[in-house]
Amino acid sequence: MVELKAQTPCAGLLPMTIGSVTVVEADLGVLTSLSPVGDGKDFAAALKAAHGLGAPKPGRATGRDGQRCLWFARSEVLLAGPVPDKTLEAHAAVVDQSDGWACVTLSGAGAVDVLARLVPVDFRESIFKRGHTARTLVQHMSASITRTGADTFLILVFRSMAGTLVHELKVAMEAVASRG
Amino acid sequence: MRIECPICGSRERREFYYQGADGMIARPDPDAGGEVWHAYLHLRDNPAGETRDLWYHEGGCGAWIVVTRNTVTHEVLGTRLASDAREAAS
Repeated sequence: MVELKAQTPCAGLLPMTIGSVTVVEADLGVLTSLSPVGDGKDFAAALKAAHGLGAPKPGRATGRDGQRCLWFARSEVLLAGPVPDKTLEAHAAVVDQSDGWACVTLSGAGAVDVLARLVPVDFRESIFKRGHTARTLVQHMSASITRTGADTFLILVFRSMAGTLVHELKVAMEAVASRG
Repeated sequence: MRIECPICGSRERREFYYQGADGMIARPDPDAGGEVWHAYLHLRDNPAGETRDLWYHEGGCGAWIVVTRNTVTHEVLGTRLASDAREAAS
């Protein structure tokens, strides 16, 4: 019997610190795509009752470390952390995507400057505040980016893109650091 | 060029995929006849000025959007969800 060892998407690639910016792999727990049926009101109530989380509006995230709900697309949110309660299945399509995403945390004084080189969205704190989230592109990669703190961002890309994401971040972090 | 996504707000053009004229929303009846289907599939206007076309917010929320824009000035005049546009038309 072969003993298989589970590897995280960014195993061997992270952590990485360049200048004042650090990127580490984030273990978000179970990732579940939830697509509400109907107008979503029953779903919002079920999510609140089951996990104590508000259903996020477009561009917003609810919850905290260990238990988050990210707006993830039109009529879709991502539950990150808990195993989804069975009661949600009556109000939404529930799909486990735990192994589908590479999740990293980008933090440090120049994190916004790093993102500015890679992403066509304005991440300055006056515009994109804590609890804001966006589906956008990191270079050519589809991504989900959430501000979780003053200088902290959570970035999700497809798992197959983990190496490319780390490479793009490295190039941008080096460029930001070189400007001092 | 920036496009106002009804869900995500103002976003850069690179997040969007261009599909073509918004006439694709109004699919004819299956029994409408060859001429109607020919026109639906193959005939397109090529206006110098205001036009409406379908864009897909591929690098964002995944919504199909009807964009009204001016092909001469490149001005984007308005956007709405394709699902709303179809409901309004039916």
